[in-house]
Amino acid sequence: MEMEMGNSGLAVEKHVQYILSVEKRKDDFVSVVMEHLRLNGAYWGLTTLDLLGKIHAVDVDEVVSWIMACQHESGGFGGNIGHDPHILYTLSAVQVLALFDKIHILDIDKVTNYITKLQNEDGSFSGDMWGEVDTRFSYIAICCLSLLHRLDSINVEKAVDYIVSCKNMDGGFGCTPGGESHAGQIFCCVGALAITGSLDKVDKDLLGWWLCERQVKSGGLNGRPEKLPDVCYSWWVLSSLIMIDRVHWIDKEKLIKFILDCQDTENGGISDRPDDAVDVFHTYFGVAGLSLLEYPGVKPIDPAYALPTDVVNRIFFNG
Amino acid sequence: MHGRPRKPEKPENAAASAAKAEKLRLLQSQFLSNHHNRIYTKEALEANAKLLEINPEYYTAWNYRKLAVQHYVAEAGSDPQAIKSVYDEELRVVEAALRQNFKSYGAWHHRKWVLSMGHSSLDQELRLLDKLQQLDSRNFHAWNYRRFLAELLNRSVEDELMHTEDMIGINFSNYSAWHNRSMLLCKQLKENDTGLTSKDVLSNEYELVQNAIFTDPDDQSGWFYHLWLIDQTMKAKPPILTSSWPSNGSELIISRKQCQGKCPLYEYRGLNIDLKEFPVVLYFNQAVSGVRSSTVTVKSFNVTWKPLSPSNSLASEIWVAYLNLAGEECHFEGPITVEFCIGQSQGILSSSGSPYGKPLRVAFTVTKEPIRVQDVEGHNPEMVSWEDPNFCADEVDSGVLNSDVSFIKERKENKESTISEWQKDTISKEIAGFRDLLSIKDYKIGKLTLARLLMADDALSFPYGNRSVHSAEVLELLKDLTKSDPTHSRYYEEHISLVLLQQLTSSEEMLRRHLFYFKGANTSSFHKPLCLRLNNLSLSRLGLFNKLLGVQMLDLSNNELQSIEGLEAMQLLSCLNLSKNKLGSFTALEPLRHLKSLKVLNISDNEIGSHSIDTRRYLFSSPLSHNEAVVWDPDVVPSDAASPTNYWEAFMLFKSLKLTQLDTIGNAVDDGRFRSFLVKIMPSLLFLDGQKLV
Ligand SMILES: [Zn+2]
Repeated sequence: MEMEMGNSGLAVEKHVQYILSVEKRKDDFVSVVMEHLRLNGAYWGLTTLDLLGKIHAVDVDEVVSWIMACQHESGGFGGNIGHDPHILYTLSAVQVLALFDKIHILDIDKVTNYITKLQNEDGSFSGDMWGEVDTRFSYIAICCLSLLHRLDSINVEKAVDYIVSCKNMDGGFGCTPGGESHAGQIFCCVGALAITGSLDKVDKDLLGWWLCERQVKSGGLNGRPEKLPDVCYSWWVLSSLIMIDRVHWIDKEKLIKFILDCQDTENGGISDRPDDAVDVFHTYFGVAGLSLLEYPGVKPIDPAYALPTDVVNRIFFNG
Repeated sequence: MHGRPRKPEKPENAAASAAKAEKLRLLQSQFLSNHHNRIYTKEALEANAKLLEINPEYYTAWNYRKLAVQHYVAEAGSDPQAIKSVYDEELRVVEAALRQNFKSYGAWHHRKWVLSMGHSSLDQELRLLDKLQQLDSRNFHAWNYRRFLAELLNRSVEDELMHTEDMIGINFSNYSAWHNRSMLLCKQLKENDTGLTSKDVLSNEYELVQNAIFTDPDDQSGWFYHLWLIDQTMKAKPPILTSSWPSNGSELIISRKQCQGKCPLYEYRGLNIDLKEFPVVLYFNQAVSGVRSSTVTVKSFNVTWKPLSPSNSLASEIWVAYLNLAGEECHFEGPITVEFCIGQSQGILSSSGSPYGKPLRVAFTVTKEPIRVQDVEGHNPEMVSWEDPNFCADEVDSGVLNSDVSFIKERKENKESTISEWQKDTISKEIAGFRDLLSIKDYKIGKLTLARLLMADDALSFPYGNRSVHSAEVLELLKDLTKSDPTHSRYYEEHISLVLLQQLTSSEEMLRRHLFYFKGANTSSFHKPLCLRLNNLSLSRLGLFNKLLGVQMLDLSNNELQSIEGLEAMQLLSCLNLSKNKLGSFTALEPLRHLKSLKVLNISDNEIGSHSIDTRRYLFSSPLSHNEAVVWDPDVVPSDAASPTNYWEAFMLFKSLKLTQLDTIGNAVDDGRFRSFLVKIMPSLLFLDGQKLV
């Protein structure tokens, strides 16, 4: 561990400064393009700050009142004020409130009702009223309702069956039945199965082999066979490997080195690959990946709920 | 954001970029205002299209377009031309957006939405898609869209198979095409309207994928497809019962003894077994469902069969039922005979739907020994010590081997019925092919696949036994791989462990080397306990317990285990030594929650408490995964503990065990507070960390 603690170690202060600066910046092209998913951005940024032990650097009341301004009458949240509600942003809202231990300010029935109504006859979930179906939305619904202690409001058995119907020959999962396996999609499906106590439906050895073969020579992980490595897969591949207890099948030290090589040590932030432009998304996935790799000085994160372990334990064991 | 270089912007570009940002910002704010005011004028829609062309991920803008379409379609009434032009415009906007971002979820969904209204020529869509797929043959949105169109067009499986073959022909390094092929073949085999048997389909596929792998063995595209083919070949066999405890014909003698508490416990050959919960264990060669009192009947007992796997699973390799031999129906003067029959009525199925094969009858007897006075009087529990001098290697006779360890000799009579010649031939042909490949160069996938094929060949040759004619070669291949592919060394090491365990249980002679009589405690007992010692073997994975179902005392110390998955099969286990392994958390001990007879446990010198990330967290029944609630007893949680969150794993694990002896020293959790917590939650405990409790 000495090596990573030296000069090439994690530039914690720089990353904190970078995230705080992104929160304030609203006028450059990237910020404008990302305006519609600012609530996701808030979750990525704030979770990173918490993992780095710096969550108090933000004004809680300001964040919470902005989040509540993104909620619609239906109970769902939009990605920003004035944007349509969608399950993607509803989860981010609940997760950020969980970080601050503020879930209780929600009208839980209302949020539950919004999500419950998105379940389809076959057990799948739509992302919003326009009917796009994807196992990402199954994960989000299950994760969100579980954090609200309302998992019993949906048909869990059907939801699980639908996810299982998306299982492929390589042990991975796709976005709909027949869809190709992809590390991000696998995280969603394995996460949903973990939360519903259904990991016996996963072929752990087969999927574990596919996942551990995502590690390429540079130490980084790709998301599908014969693709380039990318820091964001550090999260998706690693969390899936951890949930099925196969993470020791990869070389963790090499992966740590790859993530650290993607840091912008001058201006803070982490990018998809070394020397690319940084963004909040990859900064979060890099830091969360290091957390899963037990990197010193980074708080542990829960692989299924994608929140710091102490936050998750507080929700499930202090009730 | 992917693939943008980090270098700072040049000043002249910065100005242009700021102008671009300002333009987009205006478009977006103007759009939101139109959306909120439900303004669907031509100008508003044009501005919206411009916005989506620049930023196709701006999801609310797609929602707005759908509302606008509904508005205009209602206005158009029954004028088909007007309606068509509305939808055509949508298809145009989507195409422009996809040109900007081929991976935009919102754009693809909008196109599907338009199609679902029945407004587009599907053939034209397919032509457009072909063009797009030529530009990016791995785009999974495009492949999803292809499956969507094929369904709408009712394209035949054959046509679509041909398409994947074309794609593979252009470039075999197309994982997406291989994936789609596996989907189509599954569909074809399910419908089975082509008249092809799975044998013909498979041999054709083997040839195709071998070509791909042999062209560039380091390209992963065909790797997983090949493993899937092996799996399909092997899956064609019906489920069989490989072993049971008690085994057929065994004569069990149970001696009765007074235990510490008031309840009478019985000993089976010197170790504890509760006659009210006498286990019967069934071990199948693959996971099966449908084991119940009608498919596995037990004469004169009412039984409930349970899968020995997570609580809500319906399929398992191992099933257990608990008989009440202390009940009314067992007067227990003479020996009682228990008889069960498997598969007389239909219902037991493998995961691929094959029904259980030949019906089987298993019978065994249980005799209760009279209470001997010295046992009752002199019963003073002693601490079990795992020191080497306490074990002696006296010759163990075959009868003991059968009943105590449940080592069952191969049943030759059933062999032929389960093997199909074509499966053997297929695997042999592949073995020959991969040997050829390896004669050219030491390719990683060549070695790994050959090892898998050799193991498959053994499994086909010896369906009931753990026999192996290839294990030495398999071990050689796997050891090479740990060196040539160190990144995945632990993956290969776990396979090595399984092959070692297979060798070890492959014959009586091999197994005897690991069996010892234990003389460390209760030596007054009539029978000396038999201990299976699998210590110091560098095991990192457990498995193949089918020959060891009756083991009561097991020493697994000094290995590399971080998981003990599979140990739940040893239902009679009473004493277990797991010291000096790599167990990282209490959650790793989940299988012990299924062992009702466990009394003595040693988990000292592991890594419990030293990891911030628990890799068994979701493989342990708990409120996190909604399969078990924590029922806290406020008295047992140390009052000075910051919160119960520090103790939940240990609490949930140990409250379900009735241990008399526990060793935990040498773990990071080990402290005085934790020890007093353990004593509180386990009133049965007599010895903790080498100390007698008072
Ligand atoms: Zn990425």
